Amino acid sequence: MKAIVVGCGRVGSAVALELDGEGWDVTAIDEQEVALDRLGEDWRGAFVVGHGMDTEVLRRAGIEEADAVVVATNGDNTNIVVAQVAKKRFDVQCVVTRILDPARARFYDERGLKTVCPTSTAIEVLTDTVRSCALPGQQGEV
Amino acid sequence: MYTLIAGGGKAGANVMRTLLRLGHEVTLIEQRRDRSASLEEEFEHQVQLGDATEIHVLERAGIERPPDLVLALTGDDEDNMVICQIATDGYAAPKVIARVNDPRNQAHFDLLGISSTVSATASILALVQHEVPHELVHLLELRKENLEIVEIEIDEGSPCAGKRVEGLELPEGSRLISVMRDGQAEIAVGSTQLRPGDQVLAILQPGKEDELLRVLLKR
Repeated sequence: MKAIVVGCGRVGSAVALELDGEGWDVTAIDEQEVALDRLGEDWRGAFVVGHGMDTEVLRRAGIEEADAVVVATNGDNTNIVVAQVAKKRFDVQCVVTRILDPARARFYDERGLKTVCPTSTAIEVLTDTVRSCALPGQQGEV
Repeated sequence: MYTLIAGGGKAGANVMRTLLRLGHEVTLIEQRRDRSASLEEEFEHQVQLGDATEIHVLERAGIERPPDLVLALTGDDEDNMVICQIATDGYAAPKVIARVNDPRNQAHFDLLGISSTVSATASILALVQHEVPHELVHLLELRKENLEIVEIEIDEGSPCAGKRVEGLELPEGSRLISVMRDGQAEIAVGSTQLRPGDQVLAILQPGKEDELLRVLLKR
């Protein structure tokens, strides 16, 4: 199975390495060539330097044969557009996008994009953690 | 008429000035603090500081009404696309117009159904193409119809020179419209004979350019 990871930062590179380790044929895309360093020496996949908005770059990364595309650049709007291009133009079956802004993540999620919003997750986990802290004096109220 | 403008650069500020002069209601969103401050000196409360791709910023600017016209004029194409999508899909804005900064992104705007776009760079490129010797120039794109009109110059080596239009094996989905010769244009009919120096207008489906060039110029 072939996967493309657009944006090889902290998140993208880790996802790329996970999939690579599970036997996927992975190509990572990043504007910065130094992002390749994040993938380390054991990286077996490919790497393309370029912007995810550039259709030629996506083609060079093999998007026409891709089964899955993970979009995780540091720009929400770039991610939103690239994900839709992958889905609508290249018919990629599985496209998942990171969107940091919860409102935009919800908006596009409701319209059929698979979105992951780390901000919402952080808010939930932080709030739940505070709720679950057994603090003196609070037990009676809960 | 209520217009919402995203992006307070030269385009946004000038459009706002014109609309206000015509007596319309306008709100402009600008995310750069310095730029927004200087716009505020001129337009006061009609300028709002913020990122126009954030839904709460758009709501503060009245996207829920919705505006009669939304103009996405920021310097980032991805931002303009998202603004148009939120305005259209989220708030049923009846009319959106987007600025295309990088003509290579035009295909993305088309893909996302944003049909009213303006690109200064593409216009300049088209004018430049006219000024330099050319084989083929794109004159007009009819995006909804999926057709375009191009101009091709016939030269000495063209295999079609001396032939009649009816004798050409033009690619499917293309047709010659007119021939311009010595400053005179005539409609291309079957009996029209092509000559070197002719400027031919053709209508075709996008992507058929190479096939057409092969038939007319053997390129």
